[in-house]
Amino acid sequence: MESMGTKIKAQDFSVFYGDFQALRDITVDIPIHHITSIIGPSGCGKSTFLRAFNRMNDLIPNTSNQGQIFLDDQDLSGIDVVELRQRVGMVFQRPNPFPKTIFDNVAYGPRAHGLRDRAKLAEIVERSLRDAALWDEAKDDLDKSGLALSGGQQQRLCIARALAVEPEVILMDEPASALDPIATLRIEELIQTLKKNYTIVIVTHNMQQAARVSDYTMFFNMAEDRAGYLVEYGPTKEIFTRPQEKLTEDYITGRFG
Amino acid sequence: MSAPVSEVQLERRTAQQASGDLARRKFSQRVAFAFFWLAGFLAVAALIWIIGYVMVQGLKIINLEFLTTRPAGGVSGEGGISTTIVTPLYLVVLTIAIATPLGVGAAVYLVEYAGEAQRESRLVSYIITVARTGIEILAGVPSIIFGLFGFALFVSALKLKFSLLSAGLSGACLILPVIIRTSEEALLAVPRSYREGSLALGTTKWQTVVSVVLPAATPGIITGVVLSVGRIVAETAIFWVTLGGSYRLPTSLLSSGRSMALHVYMLASETRAFDKAMGTAAILITTIIVLNLIINYTSRRFAARMMGRNR
Repeated sequence: MESMGTKIKAQDFSVFYGDFQALRDITVDIPIHHITSIIGPSGCGKSTFLRAFNRMNDLIPNTSNQGQIFLDDQDLSGIDVVELRQRVGMVFQRPNPFPKTIFDNVAYGPRAHGLRDRAKLAEIVERSLRDAALWDEAKDDLDKSGLALSGGQQQRLCIARALAVEPEVILMDEPASALDPIATLRIEELIQTLKKNYTIVIVTHNMQQAARVSDYTMFFNMAEDRAGYLVEYGPTKEIFTRPQEKLTEDYITGRFG
Repeated sequence: MSAPVSEVQLERRTAQQASGDLARRKFSQRVAFAFFWLAGFLAVAALIWIIGYVMVQGLKIINLEFLTTRPAGGVSGEGGISTTIVTPLYLVVLTIAIATPLGVGAAVYLVEYAGEAQRESRLVSYIITVARTGIEILAGVPSIIFGLFGFALFVSALKLKFSLLSAGLSGACLILPVIIRTSEEALLAVPRSYREGSLALGTTKWQTVVSVVLPAATPGIITGVVLSVGRIVAETAIFWVTLGGSYRLPTSLLSSGRSMALHVYMLASETRAFDKAMGTAAILITTIIVLNLIINYTSRRFAARMMGRNR
């Protein structure tokens, strides 16, 4: 990818669920401080690939990997998983705030990492909520339950919660698919502002969304044996205007998927 | 060519059939509805009748003196029930204090950690399967069996005599399976998304369990504790063989005592004071209802606050 820095690098990376191969030989460089989207039809392994970056797949019994993923040239399998997840945050498909107050939701990560100083926590909570564009709506309700917020607000709360840990990378697994169009737009705007400080990888079902928000796009497809593979990867503009592969063109023009 | 049945006619015929069918379906719906209504009515009526009868019979004997003097014994069942009201409270505190940490701990292990351990070792997997089956079986064992066990182990072998401690330990064994199973259910009901959300922030599994999973499961766990409190207050046989039957108020963990339910049994079986048994029973039922209401209310408040339905 030209001359910019690489944040995450996958090399011949495959994932297996038991005997079933879910991903085959993915090799890709994800650039630092940009937004990279992963698109493709259902079941093509987009989420599996994303969840490999913070080793969430480890939670599923009988998964195994082949090949390597590097974060800043460090092999993920050599990083302690708890430390890795501090460096690589995640926002899930369905907003999943904890049944705690808004303040406690955002302060959860820093507290878990040992921060006790109330003033410092309050500062982190405010900064994270501001960065997640939720501060103005939530500043008077910090002691209200996070579950009392609307769906879009809940998702921004989850983003704030991830930001509070000060990760280097933020993974987003279809972060707007459970939201209405207006809330979706707000999340997309937010993602744009976040790329200054974070490397963002976003899985999306929505091709317009990939085209709108991302700098680079990976297109995944499913092989005959249902294993996912990378068809094409490049700057989003090129993928959407001059795809190299016939398959990519068929997909983005809606001929399948 | 003979004229075939026209399509219009055919349609009309099926429409008629459908409306006849609909009437039949509506009728069976009405029959079923009446049956369920009757079943519900009979069940509730039976309950109200029992409680009402005990209350009416009991109220005849209940007065301040009855509540505040201690039983005096004898074949005529002299005295009141003061000490038998206090003793079960001691018992409840003791059993809950013993069984809750153990039960919740076991449930956390079974739900959060057992799966991993089972994948790693065949032997551990086998032990866990046996433990699970054991819990299932123990939950259905009659309380007198726990009583005999408590008598053999705590009262005789460990020389704790008939005492609060023997009764508390035996009672804890009795409610342990209940607490484990309800806590397990409560933990399993915590959405996986909470666990993932917490782990994704770089927390350890233990931090996730303590800070997110257990708080979210607390209302369910409290339900199990409530059920157990009711069980202890209502239990008779197990305390007959572990607590003894002294009228006096227990002064230490090693003194004997008598719970309300046990007193009801004693009065009814060994004295002529059947009216006093009814009076005690009325107080017992009232205690259980009040306990349930209080705990129900607090756990609901707690759940509501968690879910953000009110401030």
